[in-house]
Amino acid sequence: MTVGSSAPVTTEDAPPKRPPGRWGLVGNRVLRVRELSVLVVVIVLIVYFGLANSAFFTSSNIQNVADFFSSVAIIATGEVFLLVCGEIDLSAGMTFALVPVIMVSLNGEDGEGMPLWLSLLISLIFAAVIGAFNGVVSQYLRLPSFITTLGTLYILHGISLTIAGSTPLPAPEDGLLPKIFGGWTWAELTWTVVIVIVMQIVLTQTRWGAHTIATGANALGAAESGIRVRQIKIRAFVLTSVLAGLAGVLDGTHIAKSFDPNAGGSDLMFSAIAAAVIGGTALLGGSGTVVGAALGALLLAVLQDGFNIQGISATTFVIVEGAAILIAMTLNVYFTRFRARAKVE
Amino acid sequence: MSIQTDQTPNTAPAVPAIEARHVSKSFGSVTALRDVSLHVDKGEVLGLIGDNGAGKSTLIKILTGFQQPTRGEVLLDGQPVTLGSVRQARDHGIETVFQDLALIDTLPVYMNLHLNKEPRSGPFLRKRRMRLNARRYLDDIGIRIASVNDEVASLSGGQRQAIAVARSVYSNARILLLDEPLAAMGAKEGGIILDLISLLREQGEVSIILIAHNYTQVFDVCDRVNLLQHGEITLDKKTTETSVEELLDLVANEYRRGGALAGDRGRLLNESRELG
Repeated sequence: MTVGSSAPVTTEDAPPKRPPGRWGLVGNRVLRVRELSVLVVVIVLIVYFGLANSAFFTSSNIQNVADFFSSVAIIATGEVFLLVCGEIDLSAGMTFALVPVIMVSLNGEDGEGMPLWLSLLISLIFAAVIGAFNGVVSQYLRLPSFITTLGTLYILHGISLTIAGSTPLPAPEDGLLPKIFGGWTWAELTWTVVIVIVMQIVLTQTRWGAHTIATGANALGAAESGIRVRQIKIRAFVLTSVLAGLAGVLDGTHIAKSFDPNAGGSDLMFSAIAAAVIGGTALLGGSGTVVGAALGALLLAVLQDGFNIQGISATTFVIVEGAAILIAMTLNVYFTRFRARAKVE
Repeated sequence: MSIQTDQTPNTAPAVPAIEARHVSKSFGSVTALRDVSLHVDKGEVLGLIGDNGAGKSTLIKILTGFQQPTRGEVLLDGQPVTLGSVRQARDHGIETVFQDLALIDTLPVYMNLHLNKEPRSGPFLRKRRMRLNARRYLDDIGIRIASVNDEVASLSGGQRQAIAVARSVYSNARILLLDEPLAAMGAKEGGIILDLISLLREQGEVSIILIAHNYTQVFDVCDRVNLLQHGEITLDKKTTETSVEELLDLVANEYRRGGALAGDRGRLLNESRELG
């Protein structure tokens, strides 16, 4: 092989010529700022509605915001884990409705059945079984989770209606347990904040979180590294169902003092997925943050409540929610391309 | 085609560190490996060469526990073992650089270097220690990467490959399986990795199977070379007893045979071009 006089020089210069990672760093920063940008939008909205309407900062209104925010944020936390590892759960809103219905059925409408704590425990275990079913069917029968959970969505809704007979069941109110699980004014919000913080730490600081990201970003590579990809995914399904069931118990106990078999549903599930996407979680897996999803949920909550007290109809809110998702998705795609380009250069 | 061997496993002086005996692998009606036997002694570097689709990657995936053989067995230090998963293989001291590198684009360099063997205290990842380790490994190899916090997606092909190699080399591995670790590398980066393999060879503790397409590289760092063709080992010689020319000849014969079988090829091509 003949080597020209300039050839060795270029070989030597090759690595420094490319500033490795600079684009990656910028990309990272912008992404982090993006999580921050959701926060900025939320703050702007809060300030706007606070100035526009004196009713916004009353404690009853703040509670309204907190109520909507909480159930969406809790379910979104689970969906973030699923989306990050490349799956989705469309049935979460129905699990939300079914789990408290099962709890009341076990406990008895007048508390004549099992003790409340046992009913709660069993109903949450049932939620875990729903998640395990979603996970096992999609992983071992190789059905896309979109299809699996679309099926369970209808099945769970049907079971709720069958058990409750289409009418709301009264939520237990006596004793400490109902107070902890939603009875106390700020119980639901406290649960939400704790769940969001804990799961954010799990996603970013533990092996489970790292393997969830690895599974979603490169399932084959993760498997080649010995990560049990199916197990990671099934775990995310179980997490989502348990959180959805817990949110159902908290929400019914807190707001209506009753459990409606038609509560939650697909609206709530889509709001949770919207919150995750607005918060920067990639729909195709590999990245996402729980805190981002919580901010997304807060954004939706403030918007809905603000429109409400301003007297703008709820239908307008639906349009805005749709627009927010489109904008968030566009940004998501844009940033993915941005990072892909940075990789090529 | 006759099998040319200069030694048989039975007369090998030492017990091989890793050995595949009569391993076959079928995917449905496709046979990827047919009765393959191969061995690597302790501290030996074996070069595994062969055409695309000859079954090299399949053999590696069996030896690393990612796939299970249809027939045959794998022995470590003469003991038959079942490698049911990558985890089991890793427990036996087998580390692998897969052809697709098995990197996670959305995780930083230091996390990729510790993928699925993350140091922890309690449930929490020891990120500081991982960053320090990552820096030390990369400096030790001599690969330049600006920050170990960079996402792997932002790195060049050679840097990515270096991370995959570093991940398997800086471990307690007794057996390293390297599936084309130099494919995406420039001459300089490739040289760094070859130096690393030579270093391990001098230490004599680790047994290595190196899959490569560049025969010169094979002769530079390997003690012995095996040629895999159509799922069968067709040559097993020490690198000192064969030459690049012999290997090229063996492989070229394949092409020539393929050409002879299809003398009519290209007639339609000519006709259609004349019409156009």
